[in-house]
Amino acid sequence: MRQDEEQSFFQMSGVSKSYGGAIALDYADLTVRRGRIHAILGENGAGKSTLLKVMSGVVQPDEGTMHLDGHQVSFASPAEANAAGIVCVYQELSLIPDLSVADNIFASNPPLRFGMIDRRAQRRQAEAALARAGAADINPLAKVRDLPLSRQQMVELAKGLAREPRILILDEATSALTAPDVARVIEVLKRLRDEGLALLFISHRMHEVKALADECTVYRNGRHVMSFEAGTRSDNEVIEMMIGRKYQHAFPDKPERRLAAEPVLACRDLAWNDTLQGVSFSLKPGEILGLGGLDGQGQRELLLALFGVLRGCAGKIEIDGKAVSIASPVVARANEIGMALIPEDRKTEGLMLPMSVRENLSFAALDRMSTAGVIDRDRQQSFVDRMMELLAIKSFRVDAPVGSLSGGNQQKVVIAKWLIRQPRILLLSDPTRGIDVGTKQEIYQLLRRLADEGAAIVFYSTDYDELIGCCDRVLVLYEGRIKKELVGSEITEQNLIASALDLPVGQVPASTGVAL
Amino acid sequence: MSGLRYWYAENRGTTFAFGLFVLMFAIYLFNYPSTLSANVFLTAANKAVLLALVSMGQALVVLTAGIDLSIGMTLVLTNCLGSWIVTGDALHSALGIAGVLAAGALCGALNGAIIIFGRLQPIVTTIATGAVYYGLALLLRPVPGGSTNEDLADALTGKVAGVVPASLLILLAAVVIVWIPFKRSVVGRAAYATGSSESAAFLSGMPIMRAKFASYTLAGLLAAIGGLFLTFFTYTGEASLGSANSYTLFSIAAVVIGGVSLLGGKGSAIGAIFGAFAFRSIGDLLFVFNVDALWQPLFQGVILLLSVAIGACGLFRVRNRLEWFQ
Repeated sequence: MRQDEEQSFFQMSGVSKSYGGAIALDYADLTVRRGRIHAILGENGAGKSTLLKVMSGVVQPDEGTMHLDGHQVSFASPAEANAAGIVCVYQELSLIPDLSVADNIFASNPPLRFGMIDRRAQRRQAEAALARAGAADINPLAKVRDLPLSRQQMVELAKGLAREPRILILDEATSALTAPDVARVIEVLKRLRDEGLALLFISHRMHEVKALADECTVYRNGRHVMSFEAGTRSDNEVIEMMIGRKYQHAFPDKPERRLAAEPVLACRDLAWNDTLQGVSFSLKPGEILGLGGLDGQGQRELLLALFGVLRGCAGKIEIDGKAVSIASPVVARANEIGMALIPEDRKTEGLMLPMSVRENLSFAALDRMSTAGVIDRDRQQSFVDRMMELLAIKSFRVDAPVGSLSGGNQQKVVIAKWLIRQPRILLLSDPTRGIDVGTKQEIYQLLRRLADEGAAIVFYSTDYDELIGCCDRVLVLYEGRIKKELVGSEITEQNLIASALDLPVGQVPASTGVAL
Repeated sequence: MSGLRYWYAENRGTTFAFGLFVLMFAIYLFNYPSTLSANVFLTAANKAVLLALVSMGQALVVLTAGIDLSIGMTLVLTNCLGSWIVTGDALHSALGIAGVLAAGALCGALNGAIIIFGRLQPIVTTIATGAVYYGLALLLRPVPGGSTNEDLADALTGKVAGVVPASLLILLAAVVIVWIPFKRSVVGRAAYATGSSESAAFLSGMPIMRAKFASYTLAGLLAAIGGLFLTFFTYTGEASLGSANSYTLFSIAAVVIGGVSLLGGKGSAIGAIFGAFAFRSIGDLLFVFNVDALWQPLFQGVILLLSVAIGACGLFRVRNRLEWFQ
């Protein structure tokens, strides 16, 4: 065992890759050993994703070599990398929405009988693969489209495992998972490591890195910064390596609670289908209200209901004490209400990927930049300039397609396009999913600043640290109801987890090393 | 029980098209002016099978999120070719049939190759190749004419064992030999996957190119079987632009009625077959109700709109407006 660990199983050396002038990888190196879990750390744009894409055959490097098991290799396509035993579980799901779970798990290598797909065997094997991934609750006949994001991610993992990899790469593969899922996945991954698999993973959740990694490698600006044994560096040291400067406290200070103002938003007995039941709360200007709980307990629907996306919502919504009926996003964003929603999935709901940054920034406020239906270019430019400055969006040009930006910068564009309207009520659905530490911090600071300027913010997050660090008050949802309201110092990890699981607060022991 | 639910969710479109066809055909039979005989079914089957074959081909392409606007032209081209080479004795006719089928498959393969390797849009590509195929058909048959092996033609458009229309058996054979293996092969699954999410299919290491190529080629092949049947019905070849265009458009209509999503990834060729049957029943219905044939295009349009509207009724139940856009 010990000897296996010492041997380098897969090696990349001097790998470079640039995309039209932008250097993504700059003579990067990586050494992977069997029976080890290797965490790849770095900010967005540090080259981690490109590194893994080169490894899994999605992109071809400009220069550099790869060795697998002593032989030089190169992969022209993901299929070739799979054949060599390198399998990647992607953050941006590689599942086919219209096919069933079983079809997806065995997408390219189904069990055959007389040259045709043996559906019965496939179903059986899919059940086994799901069980192996710790997701036996998923029906292999269900269509992937109909599953919530967290279940889809478990299917993605099962799919990776079903290919019997020698090196398994997890690219942000836990970003949409709920805490209990993560715990199960961690167990699965440790078992695979003990079976002699080499595992590589990227995660922006530090506590997952701590719970899993045997070894860490940090990248910055496309270069290898340092590899070290897990547990030999402090969090702050690791983060400083990643961002290349001194690291300050992640979350901005919370101000004293102000009580005077009247609520800007109040809702009573909101209900929709079976997903929301009797939800009532109020929100004051300057307040950041968190939504917590397990994934899929109605948090997303609550935000959509407020924003006028859901039809047939029961209950009352009041703005400035007056009952309103919000029938569509157009009504929700109008001046009298002044609401903005930062959606969960930036790629499909937030951005038009092939269009430019400038155009994407303009979409939510075209009415304010136009006269008689004609867009005033100067006014558009001044809005766009202000937002680029406010959010420090690192893009070469505002005319670049937004799809060419890194995940963190894309998310900033989604937020900025709504800030142009200066909303009074800002709803955010998991805005930091899959983005780097640096951008996360900027978003936290921005939210606090907006709140200080008088905005009211509803912030749904799947990351407990964020709820603890950012929010003045947290509503924990369970099966579509508000189970618990935590205020100020009550917002602790134990309380959040306990109420998320519908246990009395104070019953769950603290899990290991979660808070940063 | 839950297995049945998933089956229904997957085959809702097909079930709908089947129901629509059964309904329309039942109305037709109940109102048939004279006594029913096997010949009534024979005529109905022969009329429907042609469109059903072309629609099956169209469905294969539409599943990959493509479209084949040259499919009617392929049908007409193979019809004209058939009127030259499917003649003479049994051996000569058999070789002729093989030639016609190969020509159709070649047309489809050319579409596929241009779309895959030229990375051109399917719409533009197949408009262009369609014009080429029609041009070839015109060169083969500047005026309608030619002949075919009439014994063979009568056998294949007649009845087997005095009851079953031979054309239906050919259609069934096409389903068993082309569709079922396709649907249950890795290539067929890759076709669905490509239509549903091409990037995900690529990341999953699925054979995207082979899937598209197979879809277009098989579409050409199915159109060629249709072209052969057209030759057998008419005993001649005719380079008719009108019928080429209407077969192309009707095949798209049949595919939509049959529940195949034009966005790709959803539906089945079986649905397209029943969609074609239902679409063809419109003319029969007009006949039994003594409506002037001039009304036929108008009614076809209305039925198409209605059936698509019924298929879209599910949207009224959607209570999350975001789901409208999926």
